[in-house]
Amino acid sequence: MLRAAIVGLGKMGLSHHSILNAHPEVTLKAVCDTSSYVLDMLSKYTGVKTYTDHEALLSKEALDCIIVATPSSFHADIVSAAIERGLHVFCEKPFGLDPQVGYRLADSAEHKGLINQVGYHYRFVAAFTEAKRLLDRKLIGELHHIRAEAYGPVVLRPKGSTWRSRKSEGGGCLFDYACHAIDLVNYLAARPQAVSGTVLNSVFSNDVDDEIYSTFHFPKGVKGQLATNWSDETFRKMSVKLCFWGTNGRINVDRQEIQVYLRSLPEPFEDFKPGWNLRYTTDLTRPVWFYMRGEEYSAQIDHFVQCIKTGATPISTFRTATDASLVATMMRDDAAKPYTAVVPLSAPALSITVQPVAKAPPKSLVRTLVARLLSAGET
Amino acid sequence: MDRILFGDNQFFGVNHMSEEKARTQAMRFQDTAAIIEVLDDAYAEGIRTFMCTTHERISEVCEHIRANREKYPEFKFYPCMPYAHKYANAAAELGVLGAIRSFLPEENAFGAALKGGLSLARKDIEGLASLLIDAEMKMFADLPAPIIFLQNVATDFLLGLGFDEAFRIFANHVRERYRAEPGFITMNAPLLCDRLERIGIRNPLICTNLNKIGFRMSGGIDAYENLIASGRCRLIAMSVFASGALPPREALEYVCSRPRIQSIVFGASSRRNIAQTCGLIQQLTSASSGA
Repeated sequence: MLRAAIVGLGKMGLSHHSILNAHPEVTLKAVCDTSSYVLDMLSKYTGVKTYTDHEALLSKEALDCIIVATPSSFHADIVSAAIERGLHVFCEKPFGLDPQVGYRLADSAEHKGLINQVGYHYRFVAAFTEAKRLLDRKLIGELHHIRAEAYGPVVLRPKGSTWRSRKSEGGGCLFDYACHAIDLVNYLAARPQAVSGTVLNSVFSNDVDDEIYSTFHFPKGVKGQLATNWSDETFRKMSVKLCFWGTNGRINVDRQEIQVYLRSLPEPFEDFKPGWNLRYTTDLTRPVWFYMRGEEYSAQIDHFVQCIKTGATPISTFRTATDASLVATMMRDDAAKPYTAVVPLSAPALSITVQPVAKAPPKSLVRTLVARLLSAGET
Repeated sequence: MDRILFGDNQFFGVNHMSEEKARTQAMRFQDTAAIIEVLDDAYAEGIRTFMCTTHERISEVCEHIRANREKYPEFKFYPCMPYAHKYANAAAELGVLGAIRSFLPEENAFGAALKGGLSLARKDIEGLASLLIDAEMKMFADLPAPIIFLQNVATDFLLGLGFDEAFRIFANHVRERYRAEPGFITMNAPLLCDRLERIGIRNPLICTNLNKIGFRMSGGIDAYENLIASGRCRLIAMSVFASGALPPREALEYVCSRPRIQSIVFGASSRRNIAQTCGLIQQLTSASSGA
């Protein structure tokens, strides 16, 4: 039996608590949170041992692994302390807010041979796993464009009292929400080499961003676009959708289904055929031993446990998660750069009348007209 | 308990197969009159029980039924609470305690809210749970609600935590305050049944996924088959079509050929589908009982 503890009992920590406690190969030894209220309730009704200080927990309990689900700004210190004690670590996403720290923690966990995993649970959604399998196989040919979208109803009013609304604690749509879509892009395609045209916009929040748009640049001229907005209640819950365009077709994928369009099928592959191919979550999802709120939440915890047992590398590590944080950081910096201004053409330009021509004007005429329009705008 | 129960997922943009279908449904049913139209169709097809979440828009359905009792003399509700997304979204915005506070009753500031404050302060889970249940049940005032369910996210969350006492508190409050039978919705029926028996809830009423392909039947289809055969609990089958993965006849043959499954809950948006499903259930049920 693996001996585990959880630090941080917010929404995600409690969810992990329930799933981990139900795992047949894990004993939950203790939990830690700053709210003595939640701790007293849990201790009274479930008998779990509780701590208000993670240092005390780490020094007093004999553990094999730990789950860190505190607000993001505390991740690095707690993870670092756990690694020092030789514990396998599952940390909630985003993994730290500073990529340099993230890579350093990845180095030290890898150096010590510790299993390190981050809660990017979309990597465990069957439809996305299937998309990765098909993309890796180049079923839709060479990729040339990617679109990643994430929408949901998190911030719908100009208030909010938790860390999620405070920039200093890692709140905001970029690190809390867009990171899921960025991580999926990294996982399914590749980590972008550059970003441009990033917009971080506030809809309701005072201190943080609520919607984000950006262009991604990948090797070989592949481009991508990201759109995320957590102030959109037309989605019942968070919805992440990715579209991939390739030289031989297209893949649309979200939590529920994967739609694959193939221009052709040079050689037979499973039961795929040219044209549209649809697969649903009901066909793709593998059952889990305990279901609480989606197979992926159970599957990622079981994956962590199995990796500890076998020494396999998790499919979402400190390193891959830091890659997502790195892209997010690049986007944040990019958003601060000036945009290209749209210079209006002034009135004289409108007075120019162009005689209708029976065929397209020669290029030289177009160039002359454009030059004239531009010089008119400058006067 | 009726053989056929009518569910409400289709009214609130829940579709496990497709986001687009879910949105189309949300648009179609954004006006409560459209929901009532389908409920009228269901009533006309002989369905008498509406098994519904405590989504805020259900209160409009309740008002309609209250105002037109003569039109629906046998109509009854099986409320399922809490509506989980309401709590999950509030927890992200307000924190876990903030979310609980936000759902405690506002009126009767002196009575309920104060009691809520006290329950919170004294960590009196029984008092707190009662208040939350009462807040969810307000919309069903004066309407027949003979069975009240604990929704699956809540049931399974508590089941995982090992917070078994909560099931007893829920069952007691539902029995004492509402003279209703407690029911439990779960995706982990074999585990839940063991746990409920352990705290003294015998022959519990469990609503769970039961379908031929084992979709969201955690613990495995064999454990479910054993549970069905054991007769240790009364079972309501949900997700019998596995979100559309199974053709109707094949899906219903599976549940109807297991006589210990007492009821079947399904959702549909058209009279034709309601009639077809009801007809198939009746036909396959009588075939399997040899009638």
